[in-house]
Amino acid sequence: MVSPQLVWVAFFAPLVACVLITLFFLKCKTSSSLIAIAGILTSFICSCLVFTQIFQSNPPAQLQQSLPWIHLDTLTINFGFLMNPLAIMMLLIVTGVGSAIFIYSRGYMDEDPSSPRFFAFLSLFAFSMIGIVLSNNFIQLFIFWELVGLSSYLLIGFWYAKPSAADAGVKAFMVNRLSDFGFLCGIILLWSLSDIGAGRSFQFTDLMNVVPHLAPHMLTIVALLLFCGVIGKSAQVPLHVWLIDAMEGPTPVSALIHAATMVAAGIYLLARTFFIFAPSTTALTFIAYTGAITSLMAAILAVAENDIKRILAYSTLSQLGLMVMALGLGGPMQGMYHLTTHAFFKALLFLGAGSVIYALHHEQNIWNMHGLLKKMPITGITFLVGTLALSGIFPLSGFWSKDAILGLAFANNSTLYLIAALASGLTAFYMGRLFWVVFWGDSPVHRRRANEHEVQESPAVMTIPLIFLAILSAIGGFIGIPHFLFPQQAPEELNLKVALISSVIALLGLGFSYLIYGKRTEADPLVTKLGGFYTVLQNKFYFDIVYGWYVNTIQQTLAICLARFEKEFIVRFCVGGVTNLARSGGKTFRYLQNGLVQFYALIFILGAILLFLFLMLIK
Amino acid sequence: MITLGSYLTLSGIIFSIGLVGVMTSRNVLKVLLSLELLLAASNVSFVAFSKFNGDYAGQLIVFFVILVAAAEVAIGLAIIVLMYRRLSTIQADELRTMKW
Repeated sequence: MVSPQLVWVAFFAPLVACVLITLFFLKCKTSSSLIAIAGILTSFICSCLVFTQIFQSNPPAQLQQSLPWIHLDTLTINFGFLMNPLAIMMLLIVTGVGSAIFIYSRGYMDEDPSSPRFFAFLSLFAFSMIGIVLSNNFIQLFIFWELVGLSSYLLIGFWYAKPSAADAGVKAFMVNRLSDFGFLCGIILLWSLSDIGAGRSFQFTDLMNVVPHLAPHMLTIVALLLFCGVIGKSAQVPLHVWLIDAMEGPTPVSALIHAATMVAAGIYLLARTFFIFAPSTTALTFIAYTGAITSLMAAILAVAENDIKRILAYSTLSQLGLMVMALGLGGPMQGMYHLTTHAFFKALLFLGAGSVIYALHHEQNIWNMHGLLKKMPITGITFLVGTLALSGIFPLSGFWSKDAILGLAFANNSTLYLIAALASGLTAFYMGRLFWVVFWGDSPVHRRRANEHEVQESPAVMTIPLIFLAILSAIGGFIGIPHFLFPQQAPEELNLKVALISSVIALLGLGFSYLIYGKRTEADPLVTKLGGFYTVLQNKFYFDIVYGWYVNTIQQTLAICLARFEKEFIVRFCVGGVTNLARSGGKTFRYLQNGLVQFYALIFILGAILLFLFLMLIK
Repeated sequence: MITLGSYLTLSGIIFSIGLVGVMTSRNVLKVLLSLELLLAASNVSFVAFSKFNGDYAGQLIVFFVILVAAAEVAIGLAIIVLMYRRLSTIQADELRTMKW
């Protein structure tokens, strides 16, 4: 049996840490980081205990508990949790990868004077993310969804004195708000449609019984609206623009939020509420193509990027696209499987990149790095594990999960399979490029300002999480994740043909990148080879420019018109009109107050006569 | 034969004279005197009604009115004296401080 107390503890431990830090330890660096780590570790340990309880029970236990939270006339919103294998898996990722990142942050943020604030935000983020994972109804989910958006905003803009970081935070927040509007509409529409049988409800378990009775076209609309939220949070085309800029935040934040957890929330939502999406083929097709396009576009863009973190951000986009595609093809198992392994190796890659950035004193351009493998062996080797896992090389975890998705695509839709295969090839290529340029070579770093400092391996507090994540990335394919998530589904046979093709593609990608980047080069040789297309890539397919144009011209004009309407009509005419009426009325009638007593007496007598006449008349 | 109508006509004439006096005079003393005329006119009609209806309550009220009139005159005269000391005039239009 699953004990609910453990779940509640896992739920609220990070919040307690956050509150404690904000109230008492904002000045104290060591204790604030320890409290944050204690909070997330408590969560992690409780999740592990819950996991073993669920694992032992057969059939897998599902536990729901809710407390009434908001009472309205005809509506009660509960605050509760729904624990099932999917939720505990995600909870383990969030708290497990989260713990590694929290510990790593202790080293990475050591020099930052405001690190207590950082740990408070980080704990708040962990709490909100756990909230998304555990929520058993849409309203609670939405609130935590927004909380995640808020804490992501706070963390991206953590170095708020830097204008680019502050802008990136605002951008992330605004883009997410845009998509959340659609999400909220979807939630409300679904709620209003759920008026069948037991009455309207936000709860997943109730909705599960309602969905089969809904009209298919309405269900498609609901599914697409809900998918809006996923587009924003999981950074799918066309709302992917915020994720790249979000790399302005501290590297542990990029690892935690923009690789392992927050962006995975969208995928998780799709998987958890897959019963809404499954009946609608239109919605599923749309979702699959959105994912595939995102995947390919991000993979192409990553080739021309020079910032180590941004390359990883593009690869996140690309992998998220693959997961969304998998769900769109009707495979929540494959999507969640890839999400899990991706969380391991992407967090690993980001933390490795952070370790490099830390060692080079905040250098992020890969062309200023070289031959780091010898100087930073642990970072280098773990980074290599992550690279190979991401590229999908046998037998690392990425191979298994990516292959599950490719196999699914191969069986269902050859166009999508081609796009996905191309994206995987490109993934191997740009990851190889990153690795060769940064770590390969005999001479250690010698470029520009980096050579002023003796480059050293990062401290143990940073390398131990790297090793932990590297082990998970390596063995993630063998621990039976898909079987645990969906025990009723038969474990998929490895499609040898698909596996072979994708292995060849991955090796080709890595090989090509070695041919181009294996030797020391001062600048990117692709710049000349790609020619005009390179400029297109540099401009990120002009998404930002088009959005900037749209915001600056159309939206700005509209805003100016509205502002003028407000100023001229509402303020000057309506509000000003009332004051003018009162003022001119007063001006007119004050001439009656002429101060002559006889005049008042005259008015009084006239009034008395009028009253008299009136009384006579009504008689 | 003196009828009720004659008394009431007399009362009306006196009342009108008083009213015109109140309206038109600028001298505060004259206004006060005209006010007395108004009261006297009403007293006449009270007494006339009382006599012709055989009800003595009207005559009782007249005593009250005279009483009030006496008090009013006392206060009014005091105000006029003060006004004269302050403004050295008793023209009503000089009291303009309450104007807008």
